[in-house]
Amino acid sequence: MTLSLTPKRKQRLFVILGLVALAAIAVGLTLYALRSNINLFFSPVQIAAGDAPLERQIRAGGMVKEGTVARDPESLDVAFVVTDYVDDLEVRYSGILPDLFREGQGVVVVGELQPQGWLRADQVLARHDENYMPPEVAQALEEAGYAPEDYQAKAAEVGKRMEAEQQGATQ
Amino acid sequence: MWAFINKLRSPKWFYAISERLLPWFWVAAAALILVGSVWGLAFAPADYQQGNSFRIIYVHVPAAFLAQSIFVSMAVCGLVYMVWKIKVADMVAAMVAPLGAAMTFISLFSGAVWGVPTWGTWWMWDARLTSMLILFFLYLGVIALRGAFASRDSASRAASVLAMVGVINIPIIKYSVDWWYTLHQPATFTVTGRVGMPMEMWAPLLIMVLGFYSFFIAVTLMRTRSEILRRESNKRWVRELAGERH
Repeated sequence: MTLSLTPKRKQRLFVILGLVALAAIAVGLTLYALRSNINLFFSPVQIAAGDAPLERQIRAGGMVKEGTVARDPESLDVAFVVTDYVDDLEVRYSGILPDLFREGQGVVVVGELQPQGWLRADQVLARHDENYMPPEVAQALEEAGYAPEDYQAKAAEVGKRMEAEQQGATQ
Repeated sequence: MWAFINKLRSPKWFYAISERLLPWFWVAAAALILVGSVWGLAFAPADYQQGNSFRIIYVHVPAAFLAQSIFVSMAVCGLVYMVWKIKVADMVAAMVAPLGAAMTFISLFSGAVWGVPTWGTWWMWDARLTSMLILFFLYLGVIALRGAFASRDSASRAASVLAMVGVINIPIIKYSVDWWYTLHQPATFTVTGRVGMPMEMWAPLLIMVLGFYSFFIAVTLMRTRSEILRRESNKRWVRELAGERH
């Protein structure tokens, strides 16, 4: 009664590992085939390339471009530009924005893409990055010329990659 | 090491060894969770963007770690049971499933509560949230499958297979935030050692994670001990044990 791998145990081990490997391949292929449906949102690059349907509810995501948030002083209307640092998408929304909404912040907007190329949003959700810090540290960083921009760098990288893929696909 | 594992396969040995280990894990769990929650909830600084709602991380992240670790441990126990036919492994697998389901629920629930003030929604069908919900259903499936068979052997085998196949979901959960666009942010703690928060924020989080793991080990040892007594109740050593304690 030891733990050594007798031929029978070895056979059972291989059957199990084979089963799990096959299941993993099946799941992997399914997820690969569905990859564009699993993405929660279209990035501006994809919308500019015409991947997103018009006048149907879609989700778009990216960063709120610095200096583009324009609020109407008379109402809750707000317009801003969502960017992935490659392409831009204009968003118009009427309603209350989440607390974390600000310029330079990641957002996901739910709404319909208009034929003129802007998006009429029904809902605006804020994303936040994986970095946390006390307010004093954030202020010190900002004064020193740094900002927690890891996510922005990543968004830019994803945007460039998608653009490269699309160029590869059209060639 | 091998000798120790070889001994653990005997329910009698497991019962004896776990009796000595159990108090240490209970003490560690209580101390770490107490220190971690007081430090995290009262003394750690608030986040520059999210303010105090960021403190939900001190429950959310340990629960999510445990939800995934427990599933992996259940699958490993299933493999050990199927290949080596070690009964203790099956008992452990049966005992950890409800705790894993509870931890998955806690991480989903605390994430929803956290999502309302930060994202502006409590639920979104993004890859991370959906794969975590699938993990919850897998736990319920394993528990239900185990209860659905009259024969314990068939139940154990079916539950083991589901746990081993279901473990494919774990890397999907982990990498979902890197593979697809999600509402959920990427991991704060990475294997490469990059930590997205200063020490006064992650120290209590680390303590909470260790506390949750100690709690998991303590609960598992305790529940497996009861299961050993239940399944081995007709063995002589159990009857002697029961007799001597009367």
